[in-house]
Amino acid sequence: MEFKGTVHRYGRDVDTDVIIPARYLNTSDPAELARHCLEDLDAGFVEKVAPGDIIVAEENFGCGSSREHAPIAIRAAGVDVVIAKSFARIFYRNAINTGLAIMECPEAVDAIADGDVVSVDADAGVITDETTGQTFTAQPFPPFIREIIEAGGLVNRWKARLG
Amino acid sequence: MARPMTMAEKILAAHAGLDEVEPGQLIECDLDLVLANDVTAPIAIKTVREITDRVFDPERVVLVPDHYVPNKDIKSAEQAKIVRDFAREQGVTHYYEVGCMGVEHALLPEQGVVGAGDLVIGADSHTCTYGALGAFTTGVGSTDAGVGMATGKAWFKVPETIKFVIDGKLAPGVTGKDVILHIIGMIGVDGALYQAMEFTGSAIEALPMDERLSISNMAIEAGGKAGLIPVDDVTRAYMDGRVERPYTAYYSDEDAEFARVIEIDAADIVPTVAFPHLPSNTRPVAEARDVRIDQAVIGSCTNGRLDDMRQAAAVLRGRKVHPDVRCIVIPATQQVYRQCMEEGLMDVFLDANCAVSTPTCGPCLGGYMGILAAGERAIATTNRNFVGRMGDPTSEVYLSSPAVAAASAVLGHIGLPDDLEPVACAADAE
Repeated sequence: MEFKGTVHRYGRDVDTDVIIPARYLNTSDPAELARHCLEDLDAGFVEKVAPGDIIVAEENFGCGSSREHAPIAIRAAGVDVVIAKSFARIFYRNAINTGLAIMECPEAVDAIADGDVVSVDADAGVITDETTGQTFTAQPFPPFIREIIEAGGLVNRWKARLG
Repeated sequence: MARPMTMAEKILAAHAGLDEVEPGQLIECDLDLVLANDVTAPIAIKTVREITDRVFDPERVVLVPDHYVPNKDIKSAEQAKIVRDFAREQGVTHYYEVGCMGVEHALLPEQGVVGAGDLVIGADSHTCTYGALGAFTTGVGSTDAGVGMATGKAWFKVPETIKFVIDGKLAPGVTGKDVILHIIGMIGVDGALYQAMEFTGSAIEALPMDERLSISNMAIEAGGKAGLIPVDDVTRAYMDGRVERPYTAYYSDEDAEFARVIEIDAADIVPTVAFPHLPSNTRPVAEARDVRIDQAVIGSCTNGRLDDMRQAAAVLRGRKVHPDVRCIVIPATQQVYRQCMEEGLMDVFLDANCAVSTPTCGPCLGGYMGILAAGERAIATTNRNFVGRMGDPTSEVYLSSPAVAAASAVLGHIGLPDDLEPVACAADAE
């Protein structure tokens, strides 16, 4: 999968409470969740995000609550890929399971600035900062995770397995 | 002879049908229980329906509406109804309706639903609480939980384990909550990322079960996948006659490999408070006395058990909450609520001008039942103090033990029980 978009850059420990505050967890409707994505961290995010945009963040992205509403909200807001130095464990699984592309690449995070245009070849793990011309290679997924991604998520993998 | 293993590795190996596993290995395991609540279950139920008509075992699916029940609004009512209807349709035996329910991670150990050696996933990050019983239990998202409900299976990457050895004697007034806040302050909110935590040592062995559950509960706040405590006489005394299935105690081999061994002198741990906006932002309570508060919340899956209520009541007995503070007490289960009444703790809370609520997660995650206005500050016995966690994004949450929260409620600022004026005629108040 290939993506290209403008970067919204954030710091470390972006928790799932700021990704989607619990006051909106009385629904699991993706469109409704998207309207409040990241509002406690960056009140202007929902206004400025465009389809295909990319989130770049430092360590421990998605820490805290297990709410799958977080990757759902990010994806429904139009973001297809999150690049971070590291991801919190539950968010990592939830992203894989819900089809939000994630990449771990500390070098890219250090180099990419807010507003840069970045292209991503998720299969090859290559991240290119089109604004600066720099290229980075992300940590490859373990084969098992790749299988889930290629199956189109965990549910599809089970459906295929159960025939 | 299998390789030496940690207790986390042994539980995972047993559930994968393997003699041994090692960190990094990807395995598929049979699950003892799969849990979800009223916020996470609706998505999990959709997942179940995509895969199958029936859950893998209606006795091993646990559904606890606790976050926004009693229903806080129409949308919450719809979510709770989805869970209720599904539980009825599938014949889920461990469904807990309002009136029987409690905050899930207080309820399951209390009701004997989970026991030592179990492997449990729950669509709630604090599922790690049951590690205090010697079980490997971990939080997942709704899709993992839904697949677990449909198939009885989940995949795991075997984690490395960090072993904490806390030896010595905790000072009076230092609780399990202070122990875990101290640890998180030490290693950071991703200090145990992708790793299991194992808590050992004479200070842990001396703690009652309720305080051990508080420790394991917050393993996730250090990024931990599980927070295990080896089974001992305290665990057995708690589980025997309570746990509904046979349980197995697993212990780390003496020569097991740990990612790290962190030794802590219990005497170094003091009453601790986590400042906004991370649980790792810890300071001694003694250095936080200038923080004025508007609200105190005593409850949650971290500190809503009977010992927590007793510790709060011991401070509040014969005293009044400061006129500038709202103090909200939430016994975490119906049983804790009833025990509070039987022991006279309800009278203590009411006499002190506390509001006492039926069990709910409510304010902990900023749902309802104690939301903060802009700029307001709360001290809470809960587990997270992220931006906007309990209300307006400019509000602040400080995390502490029940005794410190209760003392702060009386003082009007963060402080210790020792800071309070002695209660006049304490003998009469008894």
